[in-house]
Amino acid sequence: MKPCTSHDGRRGFLKKSASIAALYLTPSSLVKAFAVDSVIPTPIAKEKLAITINGKLMNLEIDARTTLLNLLREDLAYTGTKKGCEMGQCGACTIHINGKRTKSCIQLALNNQNNKITTIEGLSDGEKLHPMQAAFLKNDAFQCGYCTSGQIMSAVACVREGNAKNRKSIQTYMDTNICRCGAYQNIVDAIEEVAKTGVKI
Amino acid sequence: MKSINNTILLEDERVDGADKVNGKAKYTAEHSLPNMAYAVFVTSTIAKGSIKNLDTSKALTMPGVLDIIYYANCPAVPGYNPVAAERPKNVSEWRGYKVLYDNKVRFFGQPIALVLADSFENANAAVRFVKAEYEIEKFETNFDKARLDAANLKSPINYKRGVEKKYKELPNFVEAEYNIPIEVHNAMELFATIAYWEGDDKITLYDKTQGPKSTQSTVARTFGLADKNVRVIAENVGGGFGSGLRSWPHVAAACIAAKKINRPVKLVLTRPQMFTMVGYRPQSWQKVGIGADAAGNFIGISHEAISNTSKYEDFREGIVEASKFLYACENVDTKYSILPLDVSTPIWMRGPGEATGCFALESAIDELSYKLKMDPIQLRIKNFTAVNPENKLPFSDINIKDCYAYGMEKIGWKNRPTVPGSLKENGMLIGYGMSVGVFGAGKGAASVRIVLSNDGKLLLECAVSDMGPGTMTSMSIIASDAMQMPIQKIKFKLGDSDLPPGPSQGGSGTTSTVGSAVDLACKTLQQKLKEMAIQFAPAFAGSTADAMEVKNEMVISKSNANTKIDITALLKLANQEKIDLTIASNGKTAAQLKFTSNSFSSHYVKLAVNPTNGSIKILNVVTTGDAGKIISPKTARSQMIGGVVGGIGMALTEKVEFDHASGQITNASFGAYHVPLHSQIPPTDVWFVNKPDVNMNEIGAKGIGEIALIGFAAAVANAVYNATGKRVRDLPITPEKLGYKTTKA
Repeated sequence: MKPCTSHDGRRGFLKKSASIAALYLTPSSLVKAFAVDSVIPTPIAKEKLAITINGKLMNLEIDARTTLLNLLREDLAYTGTKKGCEMGQCGACTIHINGKRTKSCIQLALNNQNNKITTIEGLSDGEKLHPMQAAFLKNDAFQCGYCTSGQIMSAVACVREGNAKNRKSIQTYMDTNICRCGAYQNIVDAIEEVAKTGVKI
Repeated sequence: MKSINNTILLEDERVDGADKVNGKAKYTAEHSLPNMAYAVFVTSTIAKGSIKNLDTSKALTMPGVLDIIYYANCPAVPGYNPVAAERPKNVSEWRGYKVLYDNKVRFFGQPIALVLADSFENANAAVRFVKAEYEIEKFETNFDKARLDAANLKSPINYKRGVEKKYKELPNFVEAEYNIPIEVHNAMELFATIAYWEGDDKITLYDKTQGPKSTQSTVARTFGLADKNVRVIAENVGGGFGSGLRSWPHVAAACIAAKKINRPVKLVLTRPQMFTMVGYRPQSWQKVGIGADAAGNFIGISHEAISNTSKYEDFREGIVEASKFLYACENVDTKYSILPLDVSTPIWMRGPGEATGCFALESAIDELSYKLKMDPIQLRIKNFTAVNPENKLPFSDINIKDCYAYGMEKIGWKNRPTVPGSLKENGMLIGYGMSVGVFGAGKGAASVRIVLSNDGKLLLECAVSDMGPGTMTSMSIIASDAMQMPIQKIKFKLGDSDLPPGPSQGGSGTTSTVGSAVDLACKTLQQKLKEMAIQFAPAFAGSTADAMEVKNEMVISKSNANTKIDITALLKLANQEKIDLTIASNGKTAAQLKFTSNSFSSHYVKLAVNPTNGSIKILNVVTTGDAGKIISPKTARSQMIGGVVGGIGMALTEKVEFDHASGQITNASFGAYHVPLHSQIPPTDVWFVNKPDVNMNEIGAKGIGEIALIGFAAAVANAVYNATGKRVRDLPITPEKLGYKTTKA
C-alpha cells in the first residue's frame, strides 16, 4: 500500500472528496454488514428500555452497548451530564439513579430497566434554581463549569446521605468528583452553606 | 482612579453562571447536527516506525461503519503538501505531524486511522478490528538518559550579562539541580471537534479551542479557504490551561473526515488520548547557581535548563526568563536547550515555563537563605528591584513588598522555625515556606463591536473565548464601569470567530487586551452619544462634548445635573434603533512602552509532614497577587485558588510515567495520574494589592491566570524543607523522596 503523497491543491481535495463521499451516502442499512468472520459480533439488535428521566417515563429502543451517559447525551440530548473520562474516575457524569448518586459513564443503559434517573436538568424546578445550584452560583463554586453538573449531583446526594456534617466530611465524600480548575474550596463552602440551612433538598 | 460602583453591581455572580449550574451551557461535543457521523481514532501501539500494512477489511464490514480514513485513502489536503511552490498562495503547511497522511509513527498513541460510523457505539466497536503491522524503529523516550548526551540537545539559547558563573566566586552560594516530570493539563472537558462542510469551500466547526480566530486561521490556511468561509464556534470551553492554544491534528482529521464522507463529523478524544494528542508541560532539568555577598546581595545567578520536545516539532518556553529580571543582580547567565524525544509535542501549561523556572529559582533562593542565616523574605526584599535589570526599563508598577507583608502576617510567619525540623504540632513536623511568581503583562490588539439599542441594552462582542476565568463577567464589569450603567443591561458575547477579532485566551492577556478594547469601545460610544445629544437634544444645543458626561444611562451636563437626557430617549429623538460601532484597540502606546510590565505573586504555605510515613498535608495557604486593578474580585479570587490547586498537583502528585521499553505512557487516566482532589485542598486565603497600574493600560488591570500558579511548587518544597530538613528538588515531592519507604502492593 502506498502512502498518500499526491498533492493537487485545494480544488483537487474538494472535488475528489466530494465524489468519494457519494459512495458513502448509501444508507447504512443497505451496507453489507454481516461479515462471515466469527470474531465480529452480529449487529446489535435494538433492545427495549423503559426508563424514567426527570419524571418522564420513556419507552426506548436502544443499542445494547450504549452507556447510560451516552444515552443521555447523544440519544436524548440531556447534555447537562458531562463526559470526562468514561472510566468512572472523574465524576463529571454523576447522576441519581433511584435517588442514589451514580457515575453514568460506567453504567450500561440497559441495566436501568424501570429505574428513575435524575440529571442536572431535573434538579431544578422549572427556571428556579435548586438550592444547591443557587449556592454554587453564589459561592462561585466553579470556573469552566464542566465538572459542575456532576459536583452538584454529588453535593445534593452528599447532603441527603448525611455526609455533609462538617468540611472534612464533605471533602471526603466529594473526593468522587474532580475539578481541574480547582474550585474545591468554594464547592465545599456551597455545600456547607446548604447543609447548614437544614432545608430538605 | 475609577472605582466600581457597588450600587450597580449588587449581583456579583458570574453573568454566565446560571447556565453552568443548571446544565444548559453547551460545550463543543454537546452540539448535534442532522446526519452527524461519529469518529474514533485508531492509535499506534509502537513509539516509532512505519506501518507496513493496515488491515481495515474486517472493520469496514462492521455494522454502521461508513469509512476508515488512513494514509492510503486520505484525500490530498492542500496544507499537507510539504513543497511550498506547489501550495496555493493562501495555503500554509500544517504545523506538526500530518494526521492520516503518511505511514510514519512518531510516538506511542499517535492516531493512525479514523473510523467513521453512524453511532458512537458502532465506531468504537470497529476500532478494535483495525489491525496494523509495523516496521519498528529504534526510539528514545527517556529524558533523564537522553539529556546526558550533549549531542542530543538542540537549539541552545544563551544569555549573559556581567561575568558568567560569577556565583562560584562568592562566599555564599548554592548550586543545585531540579527536575520536573511531564504534567498534563487534563482539562475536564475532553477535546472535541464537530466539522460540517456547508459547501465546497465553506466549513463550520464546533471546536474546543482557546482561540476561535486562531483555529479559523489554521483551518483556512490548511484547506485553502477564505477566513470568512471558516466559522469556529467555542461558546463554552471546559478548561484549557494552555492545551487549547493551537489546533491539534484531530481538528484537521475532523475536517478531512467530514469532507470525505460528506456528512457532519463529531470527533471526541478519550481521556487517555488527552495525554498524547493535545500537549503537556514538558519534562525539564534545571541547574541553578546563585551567590551572594555576606550582606545577602545577589551577585551572580546562573540558570541552565533543558526541556523536552518532540522529534517532529520544536517547542520551547520561558523557563529561564524570571532569573534574568526578578531580582537585582549584576551577573546573570542562562542557557536553555531543548531535547527532542520520540513523544508528542508539548505546549504551554498554566504558568508555562515560568512555573518551571520559578520552582528552581525560588527553591535556590530559599536554600541560600539558610546558608546566609537570613529570613527568606528579608533576602528577597534585600534584592528587590523596581527597574527590570534585563531591559533596564522601570516596572510599570511593582508592589511585591506589600504582598510579603500581607502573606507573612496571614500565614503566621513568625512561627516559622529557623532550624528545619524543629517544630512539631500534634506529633506532626510543621514547616512554613514561601515563594514568588512573575509573568509578563501584555496588551495586544483586539476589536470590539458595541451596540446600544433604543431599549437601553448594551451588547459587546469579541471573538475571544472563555475557558473558565469568567471573561464575560469581567468584560461586562469593565463596560458597566466605563458606561456607569447596570451590568444587568449589558451582554458580552464571545466564542465565535464571526465576531470582531480578539486574541486567544492565554498568557494572562485577555483582561488587559480585550478589557482595554471594551473600555475604548465604551468611551467611543459615549463620545457618539454626546455628539448626538448636541445635534438632537435642544437642551444640549451649542454645548461641547467636554462639558458633558454619560452615566446612569443618561447624557448629563457636567455643570448642571438637571440638563440631561436618557440615552434611550436620545436614540428615539435621533430616530435611531441603535448605535452600532466596531472599535479596534491597539497594543501598548509609546508612553506605555516606556515601562516593562509584569504581574507578580507570592505564595505562603504551612504544612505538616507525618514523621512516621512522610505523608504531606498542606494545612494553610495564603496567596497574593500584584496585578493592578482587580476587575472582578469574586472570579479573580477563584482563579487564584485554582492556581494554588494546580500548584499543589505540580508539587505533590502529578507525574506522567513512561514505560521506556515500549515508549508508552503507563498512567494515562485520572485513576493513575493524580490531580488534586477535594480532601487535599487546604483553606486558601487570597489577597490582591488591587491598585491600578496606570502605566500599563487604560484600565489599570493585568492578568492573574499564570501568577496564580507560578512559584507555588517552590513554596511547598521550601515548607517541606522547613518541616523536615530534607530538600527535595525533584517534583512531585513524595514520601519516598523524603526517605520513607512505601509499601508495594
